[in-house]
Amino acid sequence: MGDFFTTSVLVATAASAVRLATPYLLAALGETIGQRSGVLNLGVDGVMMLSAFFAYWTVLETGNMWLGVLVALLVGLMMGVLYGVITVFFEATQGISGIGIFIFGLGFSDLLFRQQVGTPKPIRRLPNIDIPLLSDIPYIGEPLFQRNLMTYAAFALVPVTMIVLNKTTFGLNIRSVGENPQAADSLGVSVERTRFSAIMIGNAFAGLAGAALVLQLGIFQPHLTQGMGFIAVALVYFGAWKPLGVMGGALLFGLVNAVVLQWKALGIIPVSISDLAGMAPAVVTIIALVLLARRVNAPAALTKPFVRS
Amino acid sequence: MTDTNNNLLEMRGVTKRFPGVVANNNIDLDVRYGEVHTLLGENGAGKSTLVKILFGLYQADEGEILLRGNPIDIDSPSAAIDSRVGMIHQHFMLVPTLTVCENVALGVPSDRRPFTDLENVATRISDISNEHGLAVDPWVKVEHLSVGERQRVEIIKALYRDAELLVLDEPTAVLTPKEVEDLFVILRRMADSGKGLIFISHKLREVMSLSDRITVLRDGEVVGETTPSETNRQELAQMMVGRDVRLTPDLPESKLGAKRLELSDLTVIGDNETVAVNKVSFDIHAGEILGIAGVSGNGQRELAEAIAGLREIEPGSSIELDNSDVTLCSTHERREKGLGFIPEERIPDGAIPDFTVSENLVLVNHGDENFTKRGLFSFDSIRSHNVELVSDFDVKTPSIETPTSSLSGGNIQKVILARELSAKPTFLLACQPTRGVDIGAAEYIHNRLIEQRDIGTATLLISEDLDEVIGLSDRIAVMYEGEIISIVSGEDAERNKIGLLMAGVTD
Repeated sequence: MGDFFTTSVLVATAASAVRLATPYLLAALGETIGQRSGVLNLGVDGVMMLSAFFAYWTVLETGNMWLGVLVALLVGLMMGVLYGVITVFFEATQGISGIGIFIFGLGFSDLLFRQQVGTPKPIRRLPNIDIPLLSDIPYIGEPLFQRNLMTYAAFALVPVTMIVLNKTTFGLNIRSVGENPQAADSLGVSVERTRFSAIMIGNAFAGLAGAALVLQLGIFQPHLTQGMGFIAVALVYFGAWKPLGVMGGALLFGLVNAVVLQWKALGIIPVSISDLAGMAPAVVTIIALVLLARRVNAPAALTKPFVRS
Repeated sequence: MTDTNNNLLEMRGVTKRFPGVVANNNIDLDVRYGEVHTLLGENGAGKSTLVKILFGLYQADEGEILLRGNPIDIDSPSAAIDSRVGMIHQHFMLVPTLTVCENVALGVPSDRRPFTDLENVATRISDISNEHGLAVDPWVKVEHLSVGERQRVEIIKALYRDAELLVLDEPTAVLTPKEVEDLFVILRRMADSGKGLIFISHKLREVMSLSDRITVLRDGEVVGETTPSETNRQELAQMMVGRDVRLTPDLPESKLGAKRLELSDLTVIGDNETVAVNKVSFDIHAGEILGIAGVSGNGQRELAEAIAGLREIEPGSSIELDNSDVTLCSTHERREKGLGFIPEERIPDGAIPDFTVSENLVLVNHGDENFTKRGLFSFDSIRSHNVELVSDFDVKTPSIETPTSSLSGGNIQKVILARELSAKPTFLLACQPTRGVDIGAAEYIHNRLIEQRDIGTATLLISEDLDEVIGLSDRIAVMYEGEIISIVSGEDAERNKIGLLMAGVTD
């Protein structure tokens, strides 16, 4: 245990926590926007998987990392169109439609991987970029300012999301259709258009999350996400539908992951129970959700399809 | 015919059909600048459909709409708003978690796009507040406002959009009598400043006091147009219903019997963890109706649920039925001791909408030995029992096997009444027994309640309709913020005084 409490190991653990939090943060921020408009998307995990695969495949074929990110973004947007049509225009039950999207993403990414790639080959990973001066600060320089661009982007999107939700007319529309779509409709705000846009943004974020995941790992395998998308949905509840809260949840989650990895590497967790220890993040989520999450801030119209009466 | 130049709005020959029903049939309606024009009619008469067409929520099948003399096509709420038509909906169209400012700004293009411009919105709200006497703080969240304040926010929303024609769909339903008075002052002032107002209501007293003109609708058609000075409440009711009705039932002398219900220091915690019912004590005797008057949300619902055994009560409280303590009894046990219960929400609490009329009629007592033999339903006896009930209680239904949801509100209420009264209750708890039912059904239900009283049932009547409480009750208890602040005898009841008590004014 003493090996763990050394400055270099603690700093390295913090750095890996921030890195591991990135895909969770992106996916959960997107899900926050969707849920604030009243749409629950349980398909995030499927979207992440599909976009992760396409990002991986693109990089494998072209070697161009940013083209991979762009493709993942487009895959996210396309899945957004699909989910938007199903839930907004066909007014389908959101819970089960999301599960459908998840299964589609799981199966389709698996199929394409087997047909087009077969054996996993590594790709280039996202390089860390040091921010001048800031990256030299002791202790916090490495975790916060020696990260990759996707991580910087994810954390930059936190204040952006806050501003969009709270300071713009679009954000006002999102919040109102998530709370009382009838009221918004009566004032000429298009509930359909607003929710569709929010779903598109949410799925685009999920696409970026998939890209961040695979480009940080540098390899793809079937069922790469291991339920990260579902955890992202839980983080929205944990963060009480607020970007800052969601960020806190993603960081906590990244930290638990990082600590478990570090302890395995240091042999603090014996090999015999290391698989069991892999459950720690899930257990922490469940405990955190039970203790902290309250439904008080839940958008009142969450999961309710809007039908004009 | 009126002079066209004075007409803000003309609707000509408007017809709207829904599958199986003509909601509006060739309706003509005009509204002049500076007048309050009332649309009066029963539920289902077509008032709401007509104004929804005007506000772009429905499209008319036939007919035309002229605004300021020009034909106009209103295909969405935004088109209506752009044409300076404002609507105050029956249920508040507000987002409780947003501030007044945000609610008002919603849907209006901002000067600082893409950002909101709430400072400016707040300034304009203050201007409107001052001009029209609509005091409200722009920066407070709507969820913290009283019902009367929310109503003001709705009006501000319409004025902010520069509405010239304002439609108010049953705006007084949730207000105290005092708040109604204040609202009418504001509305009158708006009309005097040249705006046109369409006021929708079925409350005759309010219609008589506010309107300049009254158009009465029945079954989707205009049955007459009149003014308050040419008519009276009785005549309006007759026009609405299409036959002679008695607005106030005759209450024969009561013969008080034994004590049936006694509440001692009943305290109940409400949904939001605050005290909803605070040390309420009273008793009701056989042959007596005790009416609870009060604005909704002052603890009536919690009181009823506690008596019915649907809500926990606090230690130190007790409920007795026929002198036996039922504080710890389940709802089922209380029913066996003589409780009959007409819940506030007929759907889903009073009847299961997807069940047939027959199933709902035996919902409580299907386990009786007449109906269940050796664990199986005896359908013949259930059927004959229910056929009798349906005719006895004048339920208009194609058959007893019809799904309850396809009946009108009044008929569903009669199904519930039939079920509860056929169990011969010694104590009847009747919550909002005529809310949202038409005048004919209400009259019928009132007569049944009085009949029940005269054969010795003790009745607790909880209603938001003050006329109903005053008309039916031997004694009236006024409930305010969870307490019974006064009990007066029905004979001495003065409408104004009770109205003040309902607002918490005790002296």
